[in-house]
Amino acid sequence: MKIELESKAVLSGQHFLNGDVACAEGALAVGCRFFAGYPITPATEIAERMARRLPQVDGVYMQMEDEIGSIAAVLGASYAGVKSMTATSGPGFSLMLENIGLAIMTETPCVVVNIMRGGPSTGQPTMPGQQDVMQARWGSHGDYEIIALAPSSVQEMFDLTIEAFNLSETYRVPTFVLADEIVGHMWERVNIPSAKAIQVVNRKKPENPPSEYAPFKPDEDLVPPMASFGEGYRFHATGLTHDENGRPRTDSAEVQQRLVQRLCEKIRRNADKIVKVERILLEDAEVAVVAYGIASRAALSAVRKARAQGIKAGLLRLVTVWPFPDKQIEKIAQKVKALVVPEMNYGQIVREVRRVAKETPVVFMSKLGEEPHKPAEILDALRRL
Amino acid sequence: MPVRIWREPLDADKIKVSKAEIHILKDQCKGCDFCIEFCPKQVLETSEELNIKGFHPPIVIDESRCVLCDFCTAICPDFAIFVIEKDCKEGC
Amino acid sequence: MTEKSLELKHPYERFLRKERMPHIWCEGCGNGIILNCFVRALDELNIDLNNVVVVSGIGCIGRISGYTNTDSFHTTHGRPIAFATGVKLAKPKLKVVVISGDGDLFAIGGNHFIHAARRNVDITVICANNFIYGMTGGQYGPTTPLEAWTTTTPYGNIEHAFNLVHLAAASGAVYVSRWTALHVRRLKESIKKALQKEGFSFIEAVSQCPEIYGRYNKMKTAISMMKWFKEASEVRNFSDPAKAEISPDKIIVGEFVDIEKPSYGRLLREMKAKLKTKQK
Repeated sequence: MKIELESKAVLSGQHFLNGDVACAEGALAVGCRFFAGYPITPATEIAERMARRLPQVDGVYMQMEDEIGSIAAVLGASYAGVKSMTATSGPGFSLMLENIGLAIMTETPCVVVNIMRGGPSTGQPTMPGQQDVMQARWGSHGDYEIIALAPSSVQEMFDLTIEAFNLSETYRVPTFVLADEIVGHMWERVNIPSAKAIQVVNRKKPENPPSEYAPFKPDEDLVPPMASFGEGYRFHATGLTHDENGRPRTDSAEVQQRLVQRLCEKIRRNADKIVKVERILLEDAEVAVVAYGIASRAALSAVRKARAQGIKAGLLRLVTVWPFPDKQIEKIAQKVKALVVPEMNYGQIVREVRRVAKETPVVFMSKLGEEPHKPAEILDALRRL
Repeated sequence: MPVRIWREPLDADKIKVSKAEIHILKDQCKGCDFCIEFCPKQVLETSEELNIKGFHPPIVIDESRCVLCDFCTAICPDFAIFVIEKDCKEGC
Repeated sequence: MTEKSLELKHPYERFLRKERMPHIWCEGCGNGIILNCFVRALDELNIDLNNVVVVSGIGCIGRISGYTNTDSFHTTHGRPIAFATGVKLAKPKLKVVVISGDGDLFAIGGNHFIHAARRNVDITVICANNFIYGMTGGQYGPTTPLEAWTTTTPYGNIEHAFNLVHLAAASGAVYVSRWTALHVRRLKESIKKALQKEGFSFIEAVSQCPEIYGRYNKMKTAISMMKWFKEASEVRNFSDPAKAEISPDKIIVGEFVDIEKPSYGRLLREMKAKLKTKQK
């Protein structure tokens, strides 16, 4: 088969792509030059696109022996100074979790895309799910904070992959793109802007000489500047609890306290800068839907239909799932009579919404298997409130 | 023990035999005794002294026997011993 | 020995993170010897330390990356080879060395080992094989000899051991050797050779764990374990690695494989260069 040879990293222009491919293009556009992965439905198209595109832009596509090796290689490449990513689905994501913990502990910028399918276990590989959102937040052991974004369109697969890299580089934290299988496999129009118009954030580099470099000494924003291997800094990183010099400190409660606290606080304190939501028709809303990913598309349609029928409905679409948009939801929960949360799982984000909504009633709409929520079903729920 | 010499090398007066200077970083020693055990010339022995960590570091019994093979430097797991060639410009 | 000892620096001090010494390893442990051999190899090759990356996994020897005065990374259990693969491919100018244990590389990390060897990723892997999980207190592992006593084989080990040099050779490594911690010169020479070799090179350094292996297996001290190495070792260069199984009375050591094969990095570069001419 002859393949078309692009040579540009940013394929500016209008394209008709599926979500997985748009995700790969977003990564390339923001400067990702290393991908290590393992084939898995429904994320394989990302690997395939990267295998074709990365060598064209002097990058490296690496197909590892499993997902554990994939994420480990991604971390290695990132420490060598190259923006890196992997893409997988539930079973692979489960395998990656230990090294995601290592990425958190060693503050390794990297992006992990999880095109969510039905679980648990092998579940329904070709069917959509939103069942990994809590796993993304809590799956690795220990206390930590991560960032997770939930695209709901093919355009957003492109845009939010860029955003994920930028956040990951800014905060030195693994950042997840949590898309469901429908968004990953759906074909839509994508506008890829010019290279100049794409905002690219690179990790902070140390300004002091190697002799004064403490690899885990944070600046005021709680994020330490990051040297790369081979730059003469000769520093050590470890998954063990470590002090600011990277020296293992398995004996000090104080060091453990300070490190874990900082790893969490660098995200919590910057939550306002990280969190993004889309507010639709919420100004005068009396009832509202809180949704993300594929479920938010049906919710939008339902909200519009409800408005047409005289119901003052609105939609809060979560673009950022983690850190959780507490403030944004709280504000709406205080205004409306009730909230509806449709999710393609058996109740995950709804728990967070209930925690924040406090007294405001929250109606949960579960959906498992092939079909996403129908607008009519959500409309029905809005009408019954 | 007297050294038994079978034959005097013909160029014995021209060849300068290197002399060793053995350095022991006492407090780095963990007392494994490898340097003592595997020294081909039995230059070292265990000392009575206790170091900061509570181990008995080696002590040099006869530096002149050392042939600078450097095996002790190489086998020390703790980088606690090394040998250098003596500066014999002014005789030693 | 003179008072000068206090002023003089150890000749290999510049290769070590002095502030982290003494290392955590027990008295008589072979890990320190392996570290010693490794830094002497670096010294003799005169490699720019800024271009060396040491990657290790979990276990006693896993701490080695914290002691070398190079860029270094202490990964999760079993994953140093996969991590090192990422480092090497992302920045090919770096010399990437994995130093880890038998359990880390061949039990939990076995899959990464065979695949990195198959791909011929241009890294050097040094395995400290002490026949046991030392850090966790002496459980049997993939190289524990039959009948050995460990805390999880209280009635004697009934699992067959891996022959690491055979496994490495069969997986495609371009350079394979085995030495014991007593063979400090040959081990150092072997490390030098491996570091200069293009492709996946593997060195098994048979190492002693007197504390929780030797003591329970009729070798009461570190010295008695070293004497075992001395008596049981037989140098047989380029003999069949399949026949080099370690047994209580024989440890066949030597170089087993030294072949040429294009590394993954080279093939990748060539593929990209070809692509570039097509793009024009």
